[in-house]
Amino acid sequence: MNQLAQRIEETFPGASTKVTEWRGDLAVTVKREALHDIGKFLRDDPAMRFDYIVHVSSVDWPDDEERFEVVYEVYSIRTRQRIRLKTRVPESDCIVDSLTDIWKGADFMEREVYDMMGIRFRNHPDLRRILMPDEYEEGYPLRKDFPLRGKGWRDTFEFLDEPAR
Amino acid sequence: MTRFEDQRTTVYKVDPEHPEDATLPTLRTEELLLNMGPQHPSTHGVLKVILELEGERLVKSTPVMGFLHRGVEKLAEEGTYHQFIPHTDRLDYVCAMYNNFAYCRAVEKLMNITVPDRAEYLRTIVAEIQRIIGHQFWLGTQALDIGAMTVFFYCFRDREILLDWFDELCGARLTTSWYRIGGVERDFTPSLFAKLKQFLDYFPPKIDEYVIFLEKNRIWLARTKGVAVISAEDALSFGLSGPTLRGSGVDYDLRKYEPYSAYPKCEFSVPVGKNGDTYDRYWIRVQELYESVKIIRQCLEQIQDGPIMADVPSVTLPPKERVFTNLESMIQQFKLFSQGFNAPPGEIYCGTEAHKGELGFYIVSTGGGKPYRLKIRAPSFIHMGAFDHMSKGYMIADAVTIFGTYDIVMGECDR
Repeated sequence: MNQLAQRIEETFPGASTKVTEWRGDLAVTVKREALHDIGKFLRDDPAMRFDYIVHVSSVDWPDDEERFEVVYEVYSIRTRQRIRLKTRVPESDCIVDSLTDIWKGADFMEREVYDMMGIRFRNHPDLRRILMPDEYEEGYPLRKDFPLRGKGWRDTFEFLDEPAR
Repeated sequence: MTRFEDQRTTVYKVDPEHPEDATLPTLRTEELLLNMGPQHPSTHGVLKVILELEGERLVKSTPVMGFLHRGVEKLAEEGTYHQFIPHTDRLDYVCAMYNNFAYCRAVEKLMNITVPDRAEYLRTIVAEIQRIIGHQFWLGTQALDIGAMTVFFYCFRDREILLDWFDELCGARLTTSWYRIGGVERDFTPSLFAKLKQFLDYFPPKIDEYVIFLEKNRIWLARTKGVAVISAEDALSFGLSGPTLRGSGVDYDLRKYEPYSAYPKCEFSVPVGKNGDTYDRYWIRVQELYESVKIIRQCLEQIQDGPIMADVPSVTLPPKERVFTNLESMIQQFKLFSQGFNAPPGEIYCGTEAHKGELGFYIVSTGGGKPYRLKIRAPSFIHMGAFDHMSKGYMIADAVTIFGTYDIVMGECDR
């Protein structure tokens, strides 16, 4: 098992539910309640200092019980390591603790996740849509049940007959 | 950051014990809300920022983005891995080659493909040319925004030579799509090599020329030195990357931290700033122009003959001339474009040092020919997150400088 994952497991027993290492990328899935504490630990622990936030992303798994996956990827300039921190949330209660107070850059990135996937963030300073218009109410575009080719409205329009030439 | 009191303003104070002495009506002050953009020429695209002003000082700025949102990440889920390459051109449309490069690298990491040596060198050369183009474009427009117009013409004159070179290489100047998964689309012709060598001799004196225009220009210095200062700690916390981060003194450069392509075989240095202000970021970009020339020179010396595409028939495309003459190759091409290749289930993140910063692709695959989820880590978007922090306390005219210093392109920011 990876040293880093082991350290997380030792400090937060039972918090990480799955550890994968594939193509050199380390990904740790943690329980939703522990996400904020582990994030703080990763940034502040003097041996690691994950001080650089790479990206915040989300994945939709409609068939799973806990439908959404929130992904944080952070990097340590000092040790030149990266870790992907993931957590799962069910659709009925899709809210995660915001990590804005740990990495400031998480502000915009979490807003994008909210905009695209509809996952809310607790304690986020300004949780609004960011790429879609503020008043957009047709759902969250990156969810798998959001159609790519529109919702069929185009077919309901009446077309005028072609003018005679 | 200091707030200067304007010396010329007279402040009227009313003695509270003798209010009847007050002959002036009570002055009411409030913060002014100003919309900058979406049609402002210096916003480099379609970006709106709501500025809260106290006099001419910025108190708070709220970027409003998404005017160029096209749903690229959603489109990626509907096409094969090969079909997404032209979409990446349109992210950062000023520097399409680097987007192709970053994407192809990510897919290669997913498929575990090793690219042949010659292709790696060709990729590095073109990537560095793209970096030169990007920095020239940045320098020209940044100077134009600030008020130094001449540099713009000089930068664009030299940029044109390289764009013509791209035209000869792949038939397009801006939206190039020259990189392929596992290699590149076509090799350089002898004429391209010759033109490139000619350019390398021509270019370094021209960089000195750009610098001469700016180095002693009082307006340029006054408007860049000490403007938009950000500390290293804050810059990291905001996720800034590229010259914007290196200006604050962090030497984070993926070409050195996680060497890829032909970079480990070349010697070059990563310029790092001290003060974290706009001037340092300008200085870094100019130094990177010299470094890019150095890297291209070394690549041209070291490059050997060899294949330009990895030989993994299930993933990489066959050479075009064989598609028209050989039945198997034609079937291979047809299958790759209609169904795509079978990616193993898993997820990867792969970051590449584009000239703006770390351009990364996070790909989740569940098997099959299409990505299940593709997330683009666009440096422009992440840099905008720090806009409010970096603009606080500066003048309204500095907002323009700060857009410029990120080298922002809205196609990438809004995706």
